[in-house]
Amino acid sequence: MNVMNFLNYLISGISLGSIYAIIALGYTMVYGIAKMLNFAHGDVIMVGAYICFFVMSGLSSAALPPFAAPILGTLVAMVVCTVLGVVIERLAYKPLRQAPSLAVLITAIGVSYFLQNAAQLLWTSSPKYFTSVVGNAQLTLFDGRLTISAVTLLTIAVCIIIMLALTTFTNKTKMGKAMRACSEDKGAAQLMGIDVNRTISVTFAIGSALAAVAGVLFMSAYPSLTPTTGSMPGIKAFTAAVFGGIGSIPGALLGGLLLGIIETFARAYISTELSTAIVFAVLIVVLLVKPAGLLGKTVREKV
Amino acid sequence: MKKMRVLSLAMAAAMSASLLAGCGGGTTSQPSAAPSDAGTQASDSGSSTATGAAFKLGGTGPLTGDAAIYGLAAYPGAQIAVDEINAEGGDIQFELRYEDDVNVPETAVNAYNTLKEWGMQISLGSVTSQPGVSTSVLANEDRIFSLTPSASSPDVIAGKDNVYQMCFSDPNQGLASAQYIYDQNLGENIFVIWKNDDVYSSGIYEQFVAEAETLGLNIVGNATFTTDTATDFTVQLNQAQDAGADLIFLPIYYQPASLILSQANQMGYAPTFFGVDGMDGILTVEGFDASLAEGVMLLTPFNADATDEATVNFVTKYQELYGETPNQFAADAYDCVYAYKLALETAGCTPDMSAEEICEAMVATFPTITLNGLTGDGEGITWNDQGEVSKSPKGMIIENGAYVGMD
Amino acid sequence: MKRIRQMKRSTRNSWFTYTLVVAAFAVVQLLRTFQDGGIGAMLEGQLIPICAYVTMAVSLNLVVGISGELSLGHAGFMSLGAFAGSAMAIALQDTVALSPLRLALAMVFGAIVAAVLGFLIGIPVLRLNGDYLAIVTLAFGEIIKSIVTNVYLGVDANGLHFSFLSNSNELADGGAELIRGPMGVMNSQRISTFTAGFILVMIALIVVFNLVNSRSGRAIMAARDNRIAAESVGISVTKYKMMAFVVSAALAGAAGTLYGCSQTTFAATKFDFNTSILILVFVVLGGLGNMWGSVIAATALTILPEALRQFSNYRMLVYAIVLILVMLATNNPTLKQFFSDLFARLGGKRAEKGGAAE
Repeated sequence: MNVMNFLNYLISGISLGSIYAIIALGYTMVYGIAKMLNFAHGDVIMVGAYICFFVMSGLSSAALPPFAAPILGTLVAMVVCTVLGVVIERLAYKPLRQAPSLAVLITAIGVSYFLQNAAQLLWTSSPKYFTSVVGNAQLTLFDGRLTISAVTLLTIAVCIIIMLALTTFTNKTKMGKAMRACSEDKGAAQLMGIDVNRTISVTFAIGSALAAVAGVLFMSAYPSLTPTTGSMPGIKAFTAAVFGGIGSIPGALLGGLLLGIIETFARAYISTELSTAIVFAVLIVVLLVKPAGLLGKTVREKV
Repeated sequence: MKKMRVLSLAMAAAMSASLLAGCGGGTTSQPSAAPSDAGTQASDSGSSTATGAAFKLGGTGPLTGDAAIYGLAAYPGAQIAVDEINAEGGDIQFELRYEDDVNVPETAVNAYNTLKEWGMQISLGSVTSQPGVSTSVLANEDRIFSLTPSASSPDVIAGKDNVYQMCFSDPNQGLASAQYIYDQNLGENIFVIWKNDDVYSSGIYEQFVAEAETLGLNIVGNATFTTDTATDFTVQLNQAQDAGADLIFLPIYYQPASLILSQANQMGYAPTFFGVDGMDGILTVEGFDASLAEGVMLLTPFNADATDEATVNFVTKYQELYGETPNQFAADAYDCVYAYKLALETAGCTPDMSAEEICEAMVATFPTITLNGLTGDGEGITWNDQGEVSKSPKGMIIENGAYVGMD
Repeated sequence: MKRIRQMKRSTRNSWFTYTLVVAAFAVVQLLRTFQDGGIGAMLEGQLIPICAYVTMAVSLNLVVGISGELSLGHAGFMSLGAFAGSAMAIALQDTVALSPLRLALAMVFGAIVAAVLGFLIGIPVLRLNGDYLAIVTLAFGEIIKSIVTNVYLGVDANGLHFSFLSNSNELADGGAELIRGPMGVMNSQRISTFTAGFILVMIALIVVFNLVNSRSGRAIMAARDNRIAAESVGISVTKYKMMAFVVSAALAGAAGTLYGCSQTTFAATKFDFNTSILILVFVVLGGLGNMWGSVIAATALTILPEALRQFSNYRMLVYAIVLILVMLATNNPTLKQFFSDLFARLGGKRAEKGGAAE
């Protein structure tokens, strides 16, 4: 086994994993509080990436300082996605607050179809090539035998910032406290005077804003953008979130990174054909050993 | 609760039933269903059908979903040809209808059946291979002549006397690529990156490897990806680099290819990349940095930058109507319609003939005609009686963001 | 009428479902025979897939509705059944001339393969619960997909040839490739008929209803409603959950064979996560544990995208909107009450204070 190759694979695993992680953060946050699998999350990512793409290409001719266009693009994408997330939540999920969770799951799938098809009608199905928000800068080590792209470093940094911010938010603020209360027991939270509906709406707003950031970073690393861009990473991120223990914020980061690394190593050292199968096989083994994921809380069953 | 379920289901059923009824009755008022924003163009095709009856030409392709880029290229390509022919007002007039097959064989069968109910007389088959195999079997049984623009698997035409292809078959592309690389001595050590769950890619790959062995080309390895893993290619590129490859053969479509090019660039790895016709389109990707594709070679039947009158005319029209540069899918579909015009004229078919009569006439005529189309070179396009096309692919190299002929 | 009222609710329910399916079959057959032009090429071509999807929905309902486990990998069993069954059908071509018999044998084979795998998968899967179980079934579905994508199977005079990852089967003259890796099955035998599909749906319903209304079925539902209580009265939860899971897998396998033998070509990628989800949509829309609901939902939602063809490019968008609206209409308390009142007024009866009384 060649050490330099091993490190290279490790780095590409981390860069893929950091993308899964940032998407998984949004997934896990919504799941933890609203207790729903939001299968449309991947498609909100896609919308965020498109918005950022159009803002950036619209500003490409304007004379702006170098980082203005990407930052503006990301901000606009975050705003649009937040609004979109809140609207989706209000129209499609909120009416089903009392309904069985499977009904909400199916509605989320409907929303996912809707976003994909609307995107195709609006922006056509031809792929767009996304310009990286940080350019093609990279960190080179060992005489160029090892390279780490700036996007990877940025993604990991953003992941950690988001993770810390979310943890602080849920632990220290009043809203965060309300969120934790909702995730424990909605009925009891309501009795304590917490506006459950509003709390869940805020959760969706935050989750969707995160999706926009994830979309921008995802496309910066793997720049081919189409209306179905979000569906595959959506499933992978869901897997990552479960891997790390769904509902756990550090778990999402850990799960995402591990998933990316396992996938890359499986491809490098076992078989490119079967890498997906290997990733899922590892997931199954992990869940059998730790049925609530790596960092998930095991809930005792009460009699 | 129980009651509600009954009710809601009844509603759903009623809704779909009414839609069904609407569908059955509404076929006559069906607008010529122009792709995306070609409403204006489609309307004058109706007014110019002076001679009255028109041949009902139908096709299926992915207009939604993952593979929609291909269907939404072929459909407009065919539509432009139909509008041109109808505007000329000759004896041969067409009415074109495309149905969505989402690149799924089962849906393609439904789409085909919808077209059959509509009264399709001649068919453009399916745009992609897997649906192509399923619709061509039906076209063969129903005796509806079918000329597919881009369903390139040999299984599409195998054993069916009335199914023809406009594109090269996958094995032929693999064969031609290997020969081309051998003849031009393009690479010593060849590595292949192909898409494992794709009919097109695996078809080319298998034949390429077989032919390379015969020719004595040195294939140092291969690596695959699937739809689920089409984002990160660093592992595959690393393997190629490790194996000392100086040429990477990419029998894949241009979207993953654009990612491969950009990731190789990031790694600072610059072998020769050699693509097939699926690579065509890479330069038209919005926002794509053409310098990444500098030096990429590909075999393609169509060159949007060509300066001959027909190509310029087609490309201008396409850009005006759809705001994008056409790729080989559009060009192949365009040629298909003109091939039909030529064959129908030669055979003296009229729109009042039944699909079966037209089919027999086409089966007799197609092997005899030579079409000068957008695809292929000056020699023209011909078919053998197995439905296989004969046209020579153009070897292209990308220089300064444009195709340049290699010979 | 009185006798119907006196029947047990479960019996009434099952007889209603049987009648529904038989009546639908009879109507379609009559239309096909007597109406000019039959039921139209489009519907005609969908009959067998509808039967396959109905069977899939009924079998998944056994797991999701009756046994209470969310499975996101049901298409995997369909895939196994489709590939195993259609390979069997081609292999038996010369030995069994009668095509309905060949189809039946192929279906049995497809069902057995799926059931065996269902059992093996069930061992780890059923140790988990909730969303973790769901993701493990999703994982198995994906694993099945990527393994089947790399299977090459051929048959010639010397017997079966099998290879994995790359095609190294060297077939003698006259041999046939049954499964061709990524290309899947090409030119499969189309021996499925609507009647066979109808019979399969009936078998699936009979099996599921008999299971549900048996001692085992009550044990399965007890385990669903309260695992701990069920265990405390001596019910082996794992055993009964496994029973539901394996029966469901077997039925899905048979449905897969029916589907595979109706298509000219199919590949492993057809049976992906999206197909699993689609079947889950049928089940949830039809109502958990409600078999005739699954039958109607599977039929309606299979026809719906085709019926929306007049919307051309907006087809799938409209489909998505209809799906969301139907989910809202069936699950939102306010809307439910609204429709319930409306329904009652139309029926000229007093509105039952239904809705809430689930």
